[in-house]
Amino acid sequence: MKINRDVCDICGTCVAVCPVDAIVVSEFRVNIDNEKCTNCLNCLKACPIKAITEGDQC
Amino acid sequence: MLKEKYDVVVVGAGPAGSVAARFAAENGASVLILERDREPGIPVRCAEGVSHNGIEPFIKIDKRWIASQIDVAKLHAPNGEVANMYNNGTGYVLERRIFDTSLCELATEYGAELITKADALDLVWENNRITGVKFKHINEIKEVKCNIVIGADGVESRVGRWAGIDTSVALKDIDTCVQYTLSNIDVSKDTCEFYFGKEVSPGGYVWIFPKSDHTANVGIGVAGHLAHKKGPKEYLDEFVEENFPDAQVTYTVYGGVTTAATLKEIVKDNIMLVGDAARQVNPITGGGIVQGMIAASIAGKVAAEAVKKNKFNSKFLKKYRKIWDKKLGNTQKTMYKMKEKFMTTDDTRFNKIVEICQKIPEDEFSVKALFTEAVKGDPKLMLEVAKAFVASKMKLK
Ligand SMILES: Cc1cc2nc3c(=O)[nH]c(=O)nc-3n(C[C@H](O)[C@H](O)[C@H](O)COP(=O)(O)OP(=O)(O)OC[C@H]3O[C@@H](n4cnc5c(N)ncnc54)[C@H](O)[C@@H]3O)c2cc1C
Ligand code: SF4
Ligand code: SF4
Repeated sequence: MKINRDVCDICGTCVAVCPVDAIVVSEFRVNIDNEKCTNCLNCLKACPIKAITEGDQC
Repeated sequence: MLKEKYDVVVVGAGPAGSVAARFAAENGASVLILERDREPGIPVRCAEGVSHNGIEPFIKIDKRWIASQIDVAKLHAPNGEVANMYNNGTGYVLERRIFDTSLCELATEYGAELITKADALDLVWENNRITGVKFKHINEIKEVKCNIVIGADGVESRVGRWAGIDTSVALKDIDTCVQYTLSNIDVSKDTCEFYFGKEVSPGGYVWIFPKSDHTANVGIGVAGHLAHKKGPKEYLDEFVEENFPDAQVTYTVYGGVTTAATLKEIVKDNIMLVGDAARQVNPITGGGIVQGMIAASIAGKVAAEAVKKNKFNSKFLKKYRKIWDKKLGNTQKTMYKMKEKFMTTDDTRFNKIVEICQKIPEDEFSVKALFTEAVKGDPKLMLEVAKAFVASKMKLK
C-alpha cells in the first residue's frame, strides 16, 4: 500500500481498520509496513480522502 | 520536572485521557499525561455536539467553550419530509479546542502532570510485565516508569496493540467522515439538522451543527464498506453545493468514527483502554465525547484504587470493565445490534420515522409521545431505532 503524503491528513482512520497492525502514525506521519500488510484494502476503502493506493511506497 | 516513576501514565490528552487522569489524581494516584500534539484538543476532529446532561457531571459549564445552545433537532427524511423535535434537555455545540484544554487543566488542578509534544512510541516491559512507556519528547527518546498505563490515544490508538490487544474494527463498523466548518450561510443557532438516506449518506447521515447563525459544522459519515466507489468528500461536496452554494470553508476535518461495540478486551495486566481507543462510541449517533468521559472516570477511579491496594493485574483492573458494562457498555452493545438492523434498512424506514415525528404537536413533544405514535404507526424495530437515536443524540427525557 502506498500513502500519498501530500493528501494524507494524518487522521488515523486507516490505523483503526488495519487487521494486522501494519499502519503506524508516528511523528505526524503515517507509515505502512508492507512486510506486514496482507493487501486486504481496508485502509484504502476507509480513508476519507483516498490518500491510499495499491503499490509500494516510494 | 519529569519524575522517574508515576503510579499512572495516561497516553493522550483528549477528553477521555484528561478525565481518566483527573479521577486517578483526585483519588490519590500520581499521574502523568503524555500528549503527542503541542496542546490538547488540536487538531479538532469532531462535530462538537454534546448534551448538557452528558458533560455537566465532569466540568463546570463555561461559555468560553460553548459556541451555541441547541433546543431543536430537525430531521430530514429521504423523501424530503421534515420533522422538528423539541428538546427537554439542552444540547451544545462546543469549541472543542478550548473544551479539551479546560478538561486537561482541570486534571492538572487535581495534581496530574502533563507533557505535550510527547509522542508515545511503545510500552516498556520487564519480565513480561508492562512497567512504563517509551516516548519521544520533541527530539529526545525517554522512558517513564509506571504501574498502570491508560491508553486514551483516540481512534488511531496503538497502545492497546502494543499490549497485544486486537483493537482493529471491521470496515462496516467505522464511518469515514469529512466535515467543513462553513461561513457565509444562514442557519438557526438553536437547531441541529440531520439528513438521512442512501442518496445523501449511505449507512450514515449528514449533520449541520450551527456554531452561530452564520457558521456551522457541516459533515458526513459514510459506512466504511459503502464508501469505496464514492467517498464521503464527494457526497459532502454535492450536499454543500446544493444546500449552501455561497458558503466558504473555514476549516476541514477528516476522520473516522467507530460504530462498533466496546472492544472485547479493554483491560490487561497493568493496562486499561478508554474512549475511542476502547471503541466506546455510540454506534448509532457516533457520539464519543460523553461516553469516553464516563468510561474514563470509571477507569481513573479503579486505577487509583489499584494503587492503594497495590494490585495491578487484569483480575483487579477488570472492575473497570464490569462497572462500564453495567453503566453503558451493555447499552452500547444493544445499540450496536440496532445499528446492524438500521444499516440494512431501506429509506422507507427513515421516511416513516420522520412521519411519526411530524404527528406529534410541538408543545407535547417528548420521547413518550414519540413512542406512543410509533407504536400506533409501526413495528417494533422502528420504535427501537427511533428510541435509540433520539434518546442518545438528543437526550430527551
Ligand atoms: C468527523 C467527526 C465528528 C464527530 N462528532 C462528534 C460529536 O458531534 N459528538 C461527539 O460526542 N463525538 C463526536 N465525534 C467523536 C469524538 O470526536 C471522539 O469520540 C472523541 O474525541 C474521543 O475522545 P478520546 O479522548 O477518546 O480521543 P481523542 O479526542 O481522539 O484524543 C486522543 C488524543 O491522544 C493523542 N495521541 C494519540 N496517539 C498518541 C501517542 N502515541 N502519544 C501521545 N499522544 C497520542 C492524540 O493527539 C489526541 O490528543 C466525532 C468524530 C469525528 C471524526
Ligand atoms: S491493506 Fe489491509 S493489511 Fe495492508 S495496510 Fe491496509 S488495512 Fe493493513
Ligand atoms: S485514513 Fe487516509 S488521511 Fe487518514 S491517516 Fe490514513 S491515509 Fe491519512
